Amino acid sequence: MRKLIVFVLLLSLYGAAIPAAAQRQSASQQRQAAGAQETLIRNATVLTISHGTLQNTDVLLRNGKIAAVGQNLKASAAARVIDATGKFVMPGIIDCHSHSMLDAVNEGSLSITSMVRTRDVLNPTDVDLYRELAGGTTTLNLLHGSANAIGGLNTVVKIKYGRPMEEFIFPGAPPGIKFALGENPKRSNFQSQTQPRRYPATRMGVEEVIREAFTRARDYKAGWDEYRAAQKRGEKNLIPPRRDLQLEPLVEILEGKRFVHSHCYRADEILMLIGIANEFGFKIRTFQHTLEGYKVAREIAEHGAGASIFADFWGYKIEAYDAIPYNAAILTRFGVNVSLNSDSDERARRLNIEAAKMVRYGDMTEEEALKMITMNPAWQLGIQDRVGSIDVGKDADVVIWTGHPLSVYSRVETTFIDGEIFFDRQQDLARRPDILRERAELERAEPNRPPAQGGASPERPRGRRPAYLDADDIWDRGNDQR
Amino acid sequence: MRNTGCDSLERRRARATKKGKTLRAVVSCLVTCALLSFAIAAVRAQQPSSVTAQQTMGGPPGVYVIRNARIVTVSGPDIESGTIIISNGKIESVGAASANAPAGAVEIDGRGLTVYPGMIDAGTSMGLVEVGSGAPGTVDLSEVGDLNPNAQAIVAVNPHSAHVNVTRVGGVTSVVTMPIGGIISGQAAVINLAGTSPREMAIVPQAALVINFPRVTTRSFDAFFNPVQGNLTEAITTRDRQLEQLRKLLREAETYGKAQDAYARDKSVPRPDGNVMLAPLVPFVRGERPVIISADRETEIRAALRFAEEMRLRPILLGGNEAWKVASLLKEKNVPVILTGTLDLPIREDDFYDTLYENSSKLQQAGVRFCISTGDTGAHVRDLPFHAGMASAFGLPRTEALKAVTLYPAQIIGVADRLGSIEPGKIANLVITDGDLLEARTHVRYLFIGGRQLPLTSRHTELYDQFKNRR
Repeated sequence: MRKLIVFVLLLSLYGAAIPAAAQRQSASQQRQAAGAQETLIRNATVLTISHGTLQNTDVLLRNGKIAAVGQNLKASAAARVIDATGKFVMPGIIDCHSHSMLDAVNEGSLSITSMVRTRDVLNPTDVDLYRELAGGTTTLNLLHGSANAIGGLNTVVKIKYGRPMEEFIFPGAPPGIKFALGENPKRSNFQSQTQPRRYPATRMGVEEVIREAFTRARDYKAGWDEYRAAQKRGEKNLIPPRRDLQLEPLVEILEGKRFVHSHCYRADEILMLIGIANEFGFKIRTFQHTLEGYKVAREIAEHGAGASIFADFWGYKIEAYDAIPYNAAILTRFGVNVSLNSDSDERARRLNIEAAKMVRYGDMTEEEALKMITMNPAWQLGIQDRVGSIDVGKDADVVIWTGHPLSVYSRVETTFIDGEIFFDRQQDLARRPDILRERAELERAEPNRPPAQGGASPERPRGRRPAYLDADDIWDRGNDQR
Repeated sequence: MRNTGCDSLERRRARATKKGKTLRAVVSCLVTCALLSFAIAAVRAQQPSSVTAQQTMGGPPGVYVIRNARIVTVSGPDIESGTIIISNGKIESVGAASANAPAGAVEIDGRGLTVYPGMIDAGTSMGLVEVGSGAPGTVDLSEVGDLNPNAQAIVAVNPHSAHVNVTRVGGVTSVVTMPIGGIISGQAAVINLAGTSPREMAIVPQAALVINFPRVTTRSFDAFFNPVQGNLTEAITTRDRQLEQLRKLLREAETYGKAQDAYARDKSVPRPDGNVMLAPLVPFVRGERPVIISADRETEIRAALRFAEEMRLRPILLGGNEAWKVASLLKEKNVPVILTGTLDLPIREDDFYDTLYENSSKLQQAGVRFCISTGDTGAHVRDLPFHAGMASAFGLPRTEALKAVTLYPAQIIGVADRLGSIEPGKIANLVITDGDLLEARTHVRYLFIGGRQLPLTSRHTELYDQFKNRR
């Protein structure tokens, strides 16, 4: 019990330490103000992703953008200069399927929850975000869970850990929505005796739910179109259609304004959704997981959808039994844009190794492998003009590695987002003695005196939502209590 | 639960079944014979018929000569260009010199390639579960009840599990496979990942007793996976009761062993009845065989070490996420650790981000015997080299990282006379690669287990071949 109090206090300590770090950072930014927030990374091996590997190359970050890439670059006197001799520079990793910082993952009580938004449940103090930065990840596609055929709306964020929530939001990222097919929306592995079964319970029902929703959305859109046309004609005393928050996002899908990210496993359900999309005239931006995508790679390519997949996660349930680590290789060869995602706060710390596995499985080139955690997910999220490669004019989301990022022996030295440092190993190491000292002080503090020694009985802290570990929502349930 | 349970066995079960402690309840409540057979049928229905070919054993243990290869012996210095002769399932010779090929030997040109001993994962449940969720008929991880010294992994290992081939083609050639859950989970086996029967796979059929060390857990999950916050006082009482139950059973086994010995010496003393609960425990309570004890948190590790000492067991710690905090004690008591949490998220929110990446490096520096394991039930044991690689990125010297998945697990589990390095007389478990064994970018080019050359095929390569050229 004493530990619990310590835990609470340490939590607050940790929370306190971060603004402190941010303050230190902003002090250094003030120093840099004269140099207009410049960082010059010198003499690195630069993995540009878009135009090959550049040896002994400098990268200049200025005003949050990549200002120059080349040799013997000059920076202003106030610029931060980092000697990266022997080190590697690559763009920040983009994770196209994450549930980090979501205080709730599933609104699973209904089969269509397009009216709910992940934006409303984001926790910017989730410590796993920092751990992800320490693995070189800078951008996340925060998705609703997969408990329902049509789930909630997504949020794309940059991991600006230590900043207010508003600063996390990726400006201009196209909005998206989560769909889900197969075992999760039909609740195969989540049945209980006390809760009533929820429709649908079969893949037939999942198809019907989606078709029914788009049928309503089409009528809803027609109602608004007719209303607006009548307005345009100058008709008087019109009554607008009643707003429907559930159908509005679906109308945006029909209008091509909202990306569909659909969780799926089996080949047949992938084809099913392509069929519905073609019937209603919309595009699926990404299939998520797509474990049997390799069986229908041609059809996915023809539709123009991307696939955001696990490198080699398999076998944890029936619909994952035919998953193979060669999925990415086959999909890529058929022309599908493939990204590797984490779907896990743990795995999001080492997506570089997930990419490296693609060289092993299916003989992808190193460049193809790196694209799957940078440029490809950037396209899948519609942010390819902003991030995903080391090109002049792109956001300065850049990571310095001690060695080649596809090597298991490499680790991240520094992670920049918009030209600012959000993780730096040396800074992290330097902070540790202070943190340990403060922790020890807290443990000695009066409120932490054990009850056995006369201390008050501590109150149990309200725990945060446990880290999202079990990829693919295996834990998700209608009421989102794991 | 993984965030709060802090229990490698529970974690592993959760990983496998995703239902943690409620598995048994759910199984007993919901699963009828019909459902079971349906689930099995469903698994089968998804297996393309061509996949049945994957269980080929390869040729018989033959005579092979590997020439011109770089040889990483692990136990001795590397040989830049050397020759290995394999015969009768064993490594016959290793050396820098070019050796004459025995008659009928198959020659393998190892130019540009490196030979390593096969990797060993000492913390799996390989072959005891095929599909963790939705197919309970394929799950044989945990018996009913808390005390199951008679649940032997070797009895239920499925040699034809897809996990076996999928794992070995990545270079992991042997594993310790163990039941999990309860208090005494059962007995672990050391197996090679080749063979058509559990006995053919077995290296040590009853290698260790597995104890899931009782711990204070206030957080559990109800049948519908809703978190249930328990009472701390009750949780402590439960832990104490479980520990007492365990202590009592082990003491009874000791007494039982003595009674049997007495009767063997003198038939006039009362003959002890056969007892399937106590008899298998005798070699473990006598310290003749090791006991794998799972514990992650510092307090639990310390309690486990005290308990092992009190009961005069030969403990091997499993899990060990906070072993680095207990390093000097582990060193003092000479207790080895099978680390399963290298890639877990740190236990506490205020732990440093690399706490678990660094765990093995700290143990190594403190002189603690350790090895690195995935702690996975089966499907992802193939990732073992990447766990070791991450430890190396955070301070463990590369040679130590390699030992941590080859020689060290062999030593810890007591099979270093047969496995873990390339030395004459050892079982010929060899992996020949085009690069560093721990790198994800590396390809395995040849594979030998028990002196048999095995095809580099698995359920996954066969599905790949089936679909890669689909028109």
